[in-house]
Amino acid sequence: MTKKHRIVLEAGTVDRHYWRDLWTYRGLFGFLAWRDILVRYKQTAIGIAWSAIRPLLTLAMMAFLGWLFESKVPGDVPRLLLVGAATLPWTFFSTAFSEASNSLIANSNLLTKVYFPRLIVPASTVIVCLVDFLISFIILVVLMLAYRFTPDVRLLLLPLFLLLALVTAMGSGLLVAALNVKYRDFRFLVPFIVQFGLYASPVAFTSADIFGNERIPQALKFIYALNPMVGVIDGFRWCILGGSSPLYLPAFLLSIGISLLLLVVGVRYFRSTERGFADVI
Amino acid sequence: MHTPIISVEGLSKRYLLRQQQAARYTALRDVIAENVRGLFRTAPPRMRTSEFMALNEVSFQVNAGERVGIIGRNGAGKSTLLKILSRITEPSKGRVVLEGRVASLLEVGTGFHQELTGRENIYLNGAILGMSRAEISRKFDEIVAFAEVERFLDTPVKRYSSGMYVRLAFAVAAHLEPEILIVDEVLAVGDAAFQRKCLGKMQEISAGAGRTILFVSHNMGAIRTFCERCILLDGGQVRADGPTDRVLPLYFGGGHRGGKDGVEVSARPLDPSGEWHAGTTMAIEVRWPPGRYAPGWQADIACYTLDGHKLFALQSHTMRNFDTPLQNSTGVRFDVVNPGLVDQEVRVDVGIKPSAYVAYDVLIEQALTFTPGNKGIEENRLGDVLLVPHASCTALY
Repeated sequence: MTKKHRIVLEAGTVDRHYWRDLWTYRGLFGFLAWRDILVRYKQTAIGIAWSAIRPLLTLAMMAFLGWLFESKVPGDVPRLLLVGAATLPWTFFSTAFSEASNSLIANSNLLTKVYFPRLIVPASTVIVCLVDFLISFIILVVLMLAYRFTPDVRLLLLPLFLLLALVTAMGSGLLVAALNVKYRDFRFLVPFIVQFGLYASPVAFTSADIFGNERIPQALKFIYALNPMVGVIDGFRWCILGGSSPLYLPAFLLSIGISLLLLVVGVRYFRSTERGFADVI
Repeated sequence: MHTPIISVEGLSKRYLLRQQQAARYTALRDVIAENVRGLFRTAPPRMRTSEFMALNEVSFQVNAGERVGIIGRNGAGKSTLLKILSRITEPSKGRVVLEGRVASLLEVGTGFHQELTGRENIYLNGAILGMSRAEISRKFDEIVAFAEVERFLDTPVKRYSSGMYVRLAFAVAAHLEPEILIVDEVLAVGDAAFQRKCLGKMQEISAGAGRTILFVSHNMGAIRTFCERCILLDGGQVRADGPTDRVLPLYFGGGHRGGKDGVEVSARPLDPSGEWHAGTTMAIEVRWPPGRYAPGWQADIACYTLDGHKLFALQSHTMRNFDTPLQNSTGVRFDVVNPGLVDQEVRVDVGIKPSAYVAYDVLIEQALTFTPGNKGIEENRLGDVLLVPHASCTALY
């Protein structure tokens, strides 16, 4: 006889075993991610290359814009590398955020027919995007080789900032995914947030352009620093490009704070609405 | 002494029905608009919702190893009960204690992905149903053999025939090993041979390993052969709970009533068992207010399967020995001998017209539904024999 499992179902009680359940269902987590990776590029001619092409196109466009509007390039860093170090985390965030937001609805047939901790669905979506990110990282490696650019020891801290990007994407993705179940308005809002975010984050330009510009009022700088992707992207640049891309510490910390707050709020809201998903979706 | 593996106490599930909006989800705009309006208003907002109790104070216990059938008409609350037990939705009130792992099969092929191959879907579906990778690998060959899809394992399931698809999906589910298995109407798919195979497999699971099975079906033949105990739900409440042969007659006997526009329709099996076995008679009565129809009226009944195939129709004016120009009739009674219908639920439509060659005055679609019993019918048989039944017709006064 297997060991006793005892499940008590009552109205409105918080699931005490939620995190244990999440561990039990880790296999499903893997399978969902694996399914999405398998299915993602089925019946496409160039397959997985898409995960590199999309950021590559963004990179080209943003570098062109930066050049056009004369965004300053610090030190002797090639512009393509500067923009590349920002495009990759941005692409990761934007795809992870938009796909996680939509993930519950896309899997509504599962939600109404089987039990599992719902957190698995958006989380596995984010992981799929992480795989895409790792593949697209080749772009950066190629650029570094082409420019004979050697990063310094700070590159070792990059996983920390990748984690920060993950936290940001997960937090916002969970929040919007849960909201989307009830308010489908977010289906229209999300593409707009992503589009807007690309111009509100230091991709085409650098944070130095913002903070070093006296024309920009202090309040606007503060609002800019509230964008959690500012911290992520500045961190990426700081790790990859070295000393020529300094961190603006107060803004950087604020940005990280927002990321963590998003995660806490996202998880809590998700958990509090999760049990009703099957009834409203 | 048995300890119950499932105990359900005072379980209720309330749904709010929106009266005007058809949309199932709210638009943020409405919520904001409602709240803004609320700011300028002192009276509470007008309620546009009404409550619907899908389950109302349901209590029962199931012991380990029992096979329990959950039966009831559409809308009786069966699916809601299963959804709560499977933890898909939470109860509004009451308490459920489950002493063991639960696997539920509410739909065949949940989570199957069209683009993935049979092999990939076995793993995916297994994981969704709660199996570990090792468990699936161990049972992989067995699953494939059961589904009879060896040759198509590496073909995307979107190219499968619907039969293959269903077989594969059921095969995965049939190899689950939970302590409690919850199965919703999944045998409705697949051909008769496969249905029997599935039932056999479920029986094996339950008998061999002492697993508890909750089984919902409209197929009373399957319920009868498979479950020793039945719970009859009606309007969200438990109407009967006991040995299958005691509960089934209540399912067959009760509730065969319908009506519209002053016309009442009822059905009553004449066999003492309370069921409509092949060869026994069902009395279907159609009654209307006295004086409503002058001599020359016609009453017709038609019997369909639930998926819409017409089985037979009877028209009062074409029936032997029946004289339609009768004075002062208040109804008509059809005595219909079951021509060999078994197991599947059928529906009866009733239509009445004041005279021939005019439109129906009253037409009641799905006036009655009932399930013919299957006593004396072998398990291995040819498909249902559909003949015009022996029937007679009597005017009522």
